[in-house]
Amino acid sequence: MAADLTAAPTERMTGAEIVIRALADQGVEHIFGYPGGAVLPIYDALFQQNSIEHVLVRHEQGATHMAEGYARSSGKPGVVLVTSGPGATNAVTGLTDALMDSIPLVCITGQVPTHLIGSDAFQECDTVGITRPCTKHNYLVKDVNDLAQVLHEAFYVATSGRPGPVVVDIPKDVQFATGGYIGPRNVVHKTYHPKLKGDAEKIKAAIELLRGAKKPIFYTGGGVINSGPRASELLREFAHLTGAPVTSTLMGLGAFPASDPQWLGMLGMHGSYEANNAMHDCDVMLCVGARFDDRITGRLDAFSPGSRKIHIDIDPSSINKNVKVEVGIVGDVAHVLEDMIQIWKASRAQIDPAGLMDWERRINSWRARNCFAYKASETTIKPQQAIERLYELTKGPDTYITTEVGQHQMWAAQYYKFDEPNRWMTSGGLGTMGYGMPAAIGVQKAHPEGLVIDIAGEASIQMCIQELSTAVQYELPIKVFVLNNEYMGMVRQWQQLLHGSRYSHSYSEALPDFVKLAEAYGVKGLRCEHPDDLDATIKAMIDHPGPVFVDCVVDKMENCFPMIPSGRAHNEMLLGDVGEKTVNEAITEEGKMLV
Amino acid sequence: MRQPTGSAYFMEEHHEPVARHTLAILVDNEPGVLARVIGLFSGRGYNIDSLTVSEVSHEANLSRITVVTTGPAEVIDQIKTQLDRLVPVHSVVDLTLTGRALERELLLVKVRGKGEARVEALSLADAFRARVIDATIESFVFEITGKPDKLDQFIILMKPLGLVEVARTGVASIARGPEGMAE
Repeated sequence: MAADLTAAPTERMTGAEIVIRALADQGVEHIFGYPGGAVLPIYDALFQQNSIEHVLVRHEQGATHMAEGYARSSGKPGVVLVTSGPGATNAVTGLTDALMDSIPLVCITGQVPTHLIGSDAFQECDTVGITRPCTKHNYLVKDVNDLAQVLHEAFYVATSGRPGPVVVDIPKDVQFATGGYIGPRNVVHKTYHPKLKGDAEKIKAAIELLRGAKKPIFYTGGGVINSGPRASELLREFAHLTGAPVTSTLMGLGAFPASDPQWLGMLGMHGSYEANNAMHDCDVMLCVGARFDDRITGRLDAFSPGSRKIHIDIDPSSINKNVKVEVGIVGDVAHVLEDMIQIWKASRAQIDPAGLMDWERRINSWRARNCFAYKASETTIKPQQAIERLYELTKGPDTYITTEVGQHQMWAAQYYKFDEPNRWMTSGGLGTMGYGMPAAIGVQKAHPEGLVIDIAGEASIQMCIQELSTAVQYELPIKVFVLNNEYMGMVRQWQQLLHGSRYSHSYSEALPDFVKLAEAYGVKGLRCEHPDDLDATIKAMIDHPGPVFVDCVVDKMENCFPMIPSGRAHNEMLLGDVGEKTVNEAITEEGKMLV
Repeated sequence: MRQPTGSAYFMEEHHEPVARHTLAILVDNEPGVLARVIGLFSGRGYNIDSLTVSEVSHEANLSRITVVTTGPAEVIDQIKTQLDRLVPVHSVVDLTLTGRALERELLLVKVRGKGEARVEALSLADAFRARVIDATIESFVFEITGKPDKLDQFIILMKPLGLVEVARTGVASIARGPEGMAE
């Protein structure tokens, strides 16, 4: 085991009791799980204690997304407990999702007894083998005396450096066996010590680049959120000190307030016209905790060609992976920003005010393009309008938004405005339909007083709809707000743009009556079909003390714009008002090959 | 700065110059650690030309994995940083960059033949400083160590002389000079 034993175990207990004790010592208050044969001893130990509350899910994928929502909204690691075999394989989607979006999870899986491993026993699977590529690290614990150490190490690995999911696979005989317990303070990791402070020389070089800029931009991402609330404060301070405009990835929304005049909106495939143009034309780019994902860059060889780039990331493998940068700073966002601010202030640095003013003028000309404009209708609810109204009626520091994946997710990112970090939970990297509702349950568990809304689509919501039952059981008043266009909207949009409007299997045939379905679960169901009813429905949703499911019927054929078509540069955006012909011809034959 | 290829958005295939690099990876000798390293190569589409792994310190529970890989400079850099972030990895050193690293590999070759071919095989083996470690009336097993290209050459020469079977260990490599592998 990769840890030093600096103290001998003081207490002896069963493996199952060690699990509970280790979780309690790690400060865990809630876990999300589903019992089964290979975790029964741990469930028995859970039954006999009161410090940890268990939330019984309806499917293990739900447990992982709940833990993700819990972690993302609270900054604490999310904990999952599932059984062997199908319990573990059902958790794989959520583990991969957490790996892609850097969310700290500890997932404890039961395993068949040690002597049966490899015999194709009932509910056996090679959990560590299956989860090796979709976790930050994983363990199979074969000796009860290693168990406490491994569990503490798992929390350390999940939460330090670039956070991620860690699996601890525990055979049933190890849960029954008696062994020594050591506390978290006795565990020091042998190899894994991520660097938090940035290299001083590189920070100086970054400051030099920035102070020479005429057209600077801050491109921020989920790393700012993961670094903690202090990082968001420092980002705001540094942006105001320099006067640089700020854009963010999908994962980073809320780190910089959307109400700030320096805010450009989200960038990327469905980002704002001003954000993408400013990224393209800038002369110095400061990337803070983002990873130059393909949704951001468009075609790489045309990505921000005239700029010199600085990249702050705690994961050295993110630097120079997709985009080469002039200055790569390995370190934690808050630590590095703190040093940058200190040097900036001490050297009385300043970005050339005349240059900055010109830059602002250009940005304002892009802003004037009003890229999120849409045509409202008197008879049909436009999805953009639904999100705008939802925002106006629910905004506030205690409101948390989760989403599923697709058009509704992009509209939520475009039209819902966030002023604080940890208020926006969405599946970015993996793009997991079914994420939002369980994530909302996890968020509500972490913030019992918060208003938690899952902005969903009628297709995505059906992927984990069984978790409505969990919300009812634990009296979690989550609100599910479905933009129902009877299509897998983003698939349909791509089929329209890329495949000659041949809508192959993207129509949501045989939809359930969502209001009746919600009521069958014991959830209040509301339907809204007319723009005039929108506000009243949203208010009724907020006013109801329990969980609510809103089936908001919206325009079926609305597309999500702006859009960087596949294979195009990030400043070659399609806007919604250019007319159908231009839209249909926007994507080249080559572009159709891409994802 | 010229941006690298490899994105989903990069339509034209670019053939950048590739180089052969030997990486030494010091890891905790724990179950699954080799699978983690190999899985990283297959999962991210990197090449493995040669791989050796063995425990190097029983007390410290350390194994050393030597990987020979080929790729453009950026890809080699990516491989190093990706390896480095695996939790049980202590350190990764690009021995090719340290310059003049020593590389050796061991080869066992079985050759079957009679008459002139047999004499020729034996004299070539002698010239290559291969040792005979097994012999029958109609066969030899040769043992030879050296740089990989020397072994390649030996195999080529043995082919017309009755080459039956080849077993190679893969490359072991170490830097010249007094310094040890940096932690």
